[in-house]
Amino acid sequence: MELNELETQMERPAWAPQGIDLTVPSVSRMYDYYLGGSHNFEVDREAARRAIQAWPGLPKIMQANRAFTRRAIDFAVGEGVTQFLDIGSGIPTFGNTHEVAQKAHSGSHVVYVDNDPVAVAHSRAVLEGNDQAAIVSADFRSPQDILYSAETERLLDFGKPVALMLVALLHFIEDKDEPGKAIAEIADSLAPGSLLVVSHSSADEGPKTDGGAGVRDVYRRTSSPLIMRPKEEIRQFFDGFELVEPGLVTLPRWRPDPDTEPASDPVLLSGYAGVGRKAGSAG
Amino acid sequence: MTADPHESEGLENDGLRRFATIWSRAVYPATQTSMTRAELGDYLHPLAVKLCDALHAYPFSAAPGREVGAALVAGHCTSPDALPHILGVVDSYLVLYGRDPETSELPVDEARARCSRLQHAIAAGFTEALRDRTLAEQEALSRAALAAQSAVEEALHASETRFRAVFKDATIGISIADMDGRIRDANGAIAKMFKRSEEEMRRRNVNEWVHPDDAPDVWRMHRQLVRGERDHFRVEKPFHRPDGTVLWTNLTVSLLRDADGEPRYQLALLEDITERRLLHLRLRYEATHDELTGLPNRTLFAERLDRLLSASSDVKRFGLCYLDIDGFKAVNDSLGHAVGDQLLIAVAERLQSCTAGSGHLVARIGGDEFAALCTDPSGPEDVTELARQVLAALATPIRIDGRELSVRASIGIVEGPSGELRPEEVMRSADITMYRAKDAGGSRYELADPDSDARAIDRHSLTTRLPAALEWDEFFLEYQPLIRMSDGHVEGAEALVRWKHPVHGRLGPDRFIPLAEHTGLIVPLGRWVMEQAVRQACAWHEERGKGGGNGKKKNGKNGDALAERPLRVNVNLSPRQLHHPDLVPDTIAVLEAAGMPPSSLCLEVTESALIGADEDELKPLRQLAELGVEIALDDFGTGYSNLANLRRLPATTLKLDRSFTQGLQQHPADPVDVTFVEGIVTLAHALGLAVTVEGVETEHQAAQLRDMGCDTAQGWYYARPGPASTFVQGFAVT
Repeated sequence: MELNELETQMERPAWAPQGIDLTVPSVSRMYDYYLGGSHNFEVDREAARRAIQAWPGLPKIMQANRAFTRRAIDFAVGEGVTQFLDIGSGIPTFGNTHEVAQKAHSGSHVVYVDNDPVAVAHSRAVLEGNDQAAIVSADFRSPQDILYSAETERLLDFGKPVALMLVALLHFIEDKDEPGKAIAEIADSLAPGSLLVVSHSSADEGPKTDGGAGVRDVYRRTSSPLIMRPKEEIRQFFDGFELVEPGLVTLPRWRPDPDTEPASDPVLLSGYAGVGRKAGSAG
Repeated sequence: MTADPHESEGLENDGLRRFATIWSRAVYPATQTSMTRAELGDYLHPLAVKLCDALHAYPFSAAPGREVGAALVAGHCTSPDALPHILGVVDSYLVLYGRDPETSELPVDEARARCSRLQHAIAAGFTEALRDRTLAEQEALSRAALAAQSAVEEALHASETRFRAVFKDATIGISIADMDGRIRDANGAIAKMFKRSEEEMRRRNVNEWVHPDDAPDVWRMHRQLVRGERDHFRVEKPFHRPDGTVLWTNLTVSLLRDADGEPRYQLALLEDITERRLLHLRLRYEATHDELTGLPNRTLFAERLDRLLSASSDVKRFGLCYLDIDGFKAVNDSLGHAVGDQLLIAVAERLQSCTAGSGHLVARIGGDEFAALCTDPSGPEDVTELARQVLAALATPIRIDGRELSVRASIGIVEGPSGELRPEEVMRSADITMYRAKDAGGSRYELADPDSDARAIDRHSLTTRLPAALEWDEFFLEYQPLIRMSDGHVEGAEALVRWKHPVHGRLGPDRFIPLAEHTGLIVPLGRWVMEQAVRQACAWHEERGKGGGNGKKKNGKNGDALAERPLRVNVNLSPRQLHHPDLVPDTIAVLEAAGMPPSSLCLEVTESALIGADEDELKPLRQLAELGVEIALDDFGTGYSNLANLRRLPATTLKLDRSFTQGLQQHPADPVDVTFVEGIVTLAHALGLAVTVEGVETEHQAAQLRDMGCDTAQGWYYARPGPASTFVQGFAVT
């Protein structure tokens, strides 16, 4: 072995696993708590309760986010896109991507990606026996790990359109980690007609009490700090994609179900959601 | 829930549909379901049916209420807040909408009581399901956490095992020391390199690893690393071994920090390069030393000179003796290379004896060239003294194979302050100066001087440029009229070559003809000159034939006479051209190409070029003369003029050197010169030769030379050399 090689490995050993610290609140378990699940520990609930205290509408937002996800998946299947790459999928509870997608189209293929080892272990248990869905333990910030994982290669055909789900994920990625670059790297592998599904928290609209400072403060102490971005910055994540109607809008306004009354709760305006279609003719 | 199973049940269905709608509207806001409200309504409808059936069942049982409670939890109505909404709707509307119109004998009181019991059952079922679900989820989560943790532990263990394997089996030496330098762990490879056991290694401290040959900044970088100001460094470093030998390594030291970024360990990676280094040193020695004499060779000499001359060195002056053995080729040729080699070895030894202990570098530059390089001489006298010593050391004959060989050498000395001249400039200067010493007879030294260098460099640069100059038409001709003294008319012109040098501008023939003669380029250049000149003569002739020449008008009938015979061009012929085998065919070809008679060309040959020429060598000239080409003996009177020889030369004209005419410039003229010129004219005429005088500058001179019987004249008095276009054909002096 060359010295250089050894040195590089000493710097960042590829085999060193991420440790698990169950005393640190996990954003995916907090999310589960907001949605009424019990896949969480006291430390997660404690953090979630503080977040709700700072921003009482959070569970509603999460529910609206989940509802958006469902509508977006239905939209994707309606567009003939039945392959899903869901990054930052978290703890699978109910109404998860593979449930919705496989209900809408039984042949849908779903690859979940998460970097939380507990979420990954749980997903693995939940998905056991489902040969059309799998979980990859990887980080959004290392797209190659996702694209070249065995699960991705087995389940997704990149010659055909894929729906890339970055739901409630990008607001946990700091600018220094270059989320735009990671999206571009993944998007590069996607066939024309592929969809990019994004929801992202923002302090642009909604209650202006503290611009989200309180909830940001809570998340600063979790495994992933929360980054609110203005609408324009969120729109830039769709570089290379064409936003479908109605564009980048607040969560409840994205293609609402026909029989629902317009969302009145201002807390639901605290984030943006949109779906983009990759340019070029659909494969 | 795409098809409604109760579609055909009429009113009952209609009532329960409405109930389900009210129910879903009340419950939906308190659920976390991902269903739409309409979907929730569809989900609740069968539960409503179940409740209704239970309400009217006989005998009554509240058990279905439990099932409904459990189904609600399964439908994700899991929030405790949902329960009041669930029960509130059942309480208010089940009896109303859940009435069976055909069998409505159930008394209202009984219905309400049953409804209450159903609510209790729903609450119980809901709670039980919620508790089961919570426990199940908690258990699933714990199992996941456990699985994740054991996966991490397994990976850590695998990683640790792998790392131990790398550490243990690596051929690279690895040691990990704390920040005080105490070695905490060392692998087998490093122990082997140091020829110690691993345990011994672990008792050492890296701060003991000082070696006298350490690079100057090793320990400074190490201190920076220990202070956390540097994360790694890499050096070539020697170490002492217990057996007294030296271990040479490529050493990389990296700082390992803890999670808070504080320096914790220093990791050293060592690669044993002892063997490689020895090999390198040996190869380096071989690459920098001369095999024959063992002296440093040109490579090492050049490196040293580079260092000495660089402005950054702390050396103030340098001195260089550049030595070349005189006549070494003759030794090789006559006595053989083996003797030549021994001679070189002996010379090398003597040179070394002169510089022993002085710190001067003696090198063999190549062949029979040597150099001595002095560091910081006090001045030129130091270096000349060395040169003297060298010459003295070589003066004693060298004995080889019982033969005494005396060695002579020429030395060029360059001495000066460092930081001004570049190495190649110094070497060039030394070379030029050495050749000056050789030209001055050899067995001596010369000190470099800028003027001589400049001249030599100039000569050199002109010489190397000559071939390109001919190719790129940088040469051009000027013409100086030759005046017939009897009537003052132009008889011809001497073609004079010039060089329009792109840098130095216009150069006269004295600057480059000797160089061209030396390199042989004179042959093509001479041919080019002849071609141009003859072509020009032809042009003049044609111009005159057209009758448009202003000379004709001016000169009346004489002009007519001139028109019959073309103007002659004189072209200089160098010794080298003279001996070139193609001279005759080339000349004929040039004349034929232009369609000019041979008599329109006069070749000027210096007297000295013909001295000692035998008949064979004169043959080409004679052939040309027989064809009708005029032959002029140029610069006559400057060489050793063998008057007897004059007779057998194929010359037709004598060109008296300008030195004779200079004496006639004075007034009164130098009587010796007068006598001399008169004598030559008489002699020439007696031999049937015409006389041309050069350098005529005054009217008085011209008159006097005419009186003395000179036939043609050339000089500033008549015209300076000029381009063909300004050449005045009908030039006349009265």
